[in-house]
Amino acid sequence: MSHGLTPSQTIGPFYFGTVTKVYHQQLAPPGVAGERIELALTVHDADGAIVPDSLIEIWQANSHGRYNHPEDRRNLPLDAGFEGYGRVSVDTQGCARFSSVKPGRVPWPEGGLQAPHVNISVFARGLLNRVATRLYFDGDPANAEDPVLKLVDPARRATLLARKDDKGVWRLPIHLGGPKETVFFDC
Amino acid sequence: MSKEIYRRAPADAHPPNLSPEYKSTVSRAPRQPAIVLPHTLSEITGPLLATERLDALENDLTQQRSGEPLGERIVVHGRVLDQDGKPVPKAIVEIWQCNAAGRYHHPGDQHDAPLDPNFYGGGRVRADEDGRYQFITIKPGAYPWKNHHNAWRPAHIHFSLFGPAFATRLITQMYFPNDPLLGFDPIYNSVPEGARHRLQSSFDMEATRPEWALAYKFDIVLRGRNATPMEG
Repeated sequence: MSHGLTPSQTIGPFYFGTVTKVYHQQLAPPGVAGERIELALTVHDADGAIVPDSLIEIWQANSHGRYNHPEDRRNLPLDAGFEGYGRVSVDTQGCARFSSVKPGRVPWPEGGLQAPHVNISVFARGLLNRVATRLYFDGDPANAEDPVLKLVDPARRATLLARKDDKGVWRLPIHLGGPKETVFFDC
Repeated sequence: MSKEIYRRAPADAHPPNLSPEYKSTVSRAPRQPAIVLPHTLSEITGPLLATERLDALENDLTQQRSGEPLGERIVVHGRVLDQDGKPVPKAIVEIWQCNAAGRYHHPGDQHDAPLDPNFYGGGRVRADEDGRYQFITIKPGAYPWKNHHNAWRPAHIHFSLFGPAFATRLITQMYFPNDPLLGFDPIYNSVPEGARHRLQSSFDMEATRPEWALAYKFDIVLRGRNATPMEG
């Protein structure tokens, strides 16, 4: 017998307590292998205004391209202390910051590899469903052959590309709507 | 050609992103259709928070302060299941809610109702091997909001679950049976009519505790796997 899915509802503006208790801003403690990265994600509504009540979660592979999860059974190293999960609500500037390592490449089911990417969930008042997107690293040569980017209209691919600023921080604005609307995925 | 490990939700399972009666969806709902992703390791893995240490009393919201909170003490319990009715074991369940007077312990909540120094309103628990979870709390109050004239949210408890994968992440709200405000609530009514009842808990006489607390049961159903994944 099939059970009906529990429908999604908005996180609302007043999430707190245990939700904020498991904030993980620093994903990679000292000793974790890989290239250190700083991410700065901002959330904007259709008018470009910041969404100050939004919560962002990220999920990523380690620098070897291995997910810390029983479904990933490949013989690649797991790094002690690196789960690959982050959760932060945005600050008053609408920005969520994470410190991590650049994820390695993970396989594509039909063969080949995906470009390095970070999986992102966004929650906010006014979002009845979790919206999911990905962060790719602008300038990574693997992007040209990434099978997910190839699913996206070339005119909209840039909405998934984080760009490095002059301080070395990877910045990605997430636009929930409007002319710069980010590409979201049904995952 | 796509791998479909987890079942896609039917179109009438979740609310549409744009639900104009709930006004803040208008400027925040994405308008472009989401691109359907084949299920790769990125989607079928996800945070399990296996090393997250939970205190024994985190599921008792009446024991988080020096005294007992005001309000009607209740037991909220149920199971985390997939669409086949199989338990989702060891899932972390997070909840948050307002107090009995309808006020959240949150600086953004300016509703003219008293805060309760003995009620914080956040809790979490890790479900057992059978997906069972339980919270002790107090029944949250209804409260007004500014969506439209004389708008009131029905009593509700927010629930957050990860499930086994990035693809199964869910945040939702649990409501109470026969609440007269449900019919007027644009957030509850954003859900297609045939699926709304799944957000209502049921009164559970068997789980009540004599002389102590009433009980409500709320099973949560997360996406299940396809029986035979298609090979590419």
